[in-house]
Amino acid sequence: MGATNLRCRECGTSYGLEARYVCEQCFGPLEVAYDHQGLADDRDLLRRRIQAGPQNIWRYSDFLPLEAPPGPSGRVLSRVGLPAGCTPLIRADRLAERLGLGEVWVKNDAHNPTHSFKDRVVSVASQRARELGFDTLACASTGNLANAVAAQAAALGLPSYVFIPADLEEQKILGTGVYGTNLVKVRGTYDDVNRLCTEISGERERWAFVNVNMRPYYAEGSKTLAYEIAEQLGWSTPDRVVAPIASGSLFTKIAKGFSEWLDLGLIDGAVPTMNGAQATGCSPVAQAFAAGTDVCRPVKPDTIAKSLAIGNPADGPYAVELARETNGSVDAVTDDEIRAGIRMLAETTGIFTETAGGVTAATLAKLAARGDIGADERVVLVITGDGLKTLDAVRGTFESHEIEPRFDDFEARVEEGVHA
Amino acid sequence: MAVTVKIPTQLRSATGGQAEASVDGATVGEVLDALYAQHDGLRDRICGEDGELRRFVNVYVGGEDIRFLDGLQTPVAAGGEVTILPAVAGG
Repeated sequence: MGATNLRCRECGTSYGLEARYVCEQCFGPLEVAYDHQGLADDRDLLRRRIQAGPQNIWRYSDFLPLEAPPGPSGRVLSRVGLPAGCTPLIRADRLAERLGLGEVWVKNDAHNPTHSFKDRVVSVASQRARELGFDTLACASTGNLANAVAAQAAALGLPSYVFIPADLEEQKILGTGVYGTNLVKVRGTYDDVNRLCTEISGERERWAFVNVNMRPYYAEGSKTLAYEIAEQLGWSTPDRVVAPIASGSLFTKIAKGFSEWLDLGLIDGAVPTMNGAQATGCSPVAQAFAAGTDVCRPVKPDTIAKSLAIGNPADGPYAVELARETNGSVDAVTDDEIRAGIRMLAETTGIFTETAGGVTAATLAKLAARGDIGADERVVLVITGDGLKTLDAVRGTFESHEIEPRFDDFEARVEEGVHA
Repeated sequence: MAVTVKIPTQLRSATGGQAEASVDGATVGEVLDALYAQHDGLRDRICGEDGELRRFVNVYVGGEDIRFLDGLQTPVAAGGEVTILPAVAGG
């Protein structure tokens, strides 16, 4: 594999490719480092190999930290798990028109097996967990990850423990429990759940917490979003990416994915301008960006965008740095703007997204209204989850007609009502 | 009465494998200073050169992040519990 070691982002200390996520010297986050030089020898061959690969993230195995990735012939569920990725990238001209923009594309990651981008990261983390000999999968989740871990564990035939805040949306709880996981509802915020899981992961050595002790591998899965976008745009980068920020991991890894391929000369362009999206009710990263610092002061979340409700974001400082370096921003939108964002995307594209996607769509609208986006820019909006997961957000936002089963009632109440 | 400090696995190489320590102190700052006095090499791993906590270190008193309280000045009751944990998990 191309992965060589784990390296601390803060102090550079190097570790082997084991189940470790924190630097023992400074508590900084560990990241997977690679040696891709061998891949640069024949770029055409590499592109052809990727294109001939499976219609899922394993087509990018050269760039993922696995010794034995499932590969193109892997069809046995208990070995390869649920295939994630290769989701549609759709040109959204009516959305662009609504916002007065030139070219907008929607990367619709609701198309994954459990309807969010989390299937990407869980695929990588669970494969690596098996390589390292773990026998149980676990996670701390705001909902989407809960769905993904429970489903992936079921596919692989591993026991799982999923820890969520007790007040999570009912759809996400139901869509997790159905897979037969051990569902643990913690009375507290996501940050409380996360703290508990950090403690448990230290004491349960046989458990792979995908976003705690497996976090360096897990996070690498998000790079596949960038690879796909670049491949779908004809081996080039977009000018701008608008993506949500919860912990900041997805946001920073999308940029890492583009950077890796640019460094190899595999794609044309430059690292896109990166715009992060948060909900005003949980916006520690947006606040740090606005304040001109990289210190993300923790907050107590209060927003309908529960999948983004992380008050103490692990990769917050790096998300702020990335937004600044790429002349982007991190913006925050209110709950009303989130509902309007969900509606705008649905009306102009036929894509129904959850509240996190509402945050992202509303942030795009905000950037457009502010005049931040040039007329000739190619913009990609990253939609990370499905609207069926957060149905409460759209309750009461539209009218319907209830009639008797008679033609005259239809004419009177529906058609005349419409034309009145 | 002493305060219990819970040590994360990542720091136990500096505490001889000890998962808890019992120290005296009336504030988080005093508790941590007492802990550093017991175990060589812990201070540099928890604190930056400015004496503040490193940015990826979380400290909790009674389950609450001290950044929501009074930081290192947060009072700790006798018999209370201080938990040190890495901040980079989750998401």
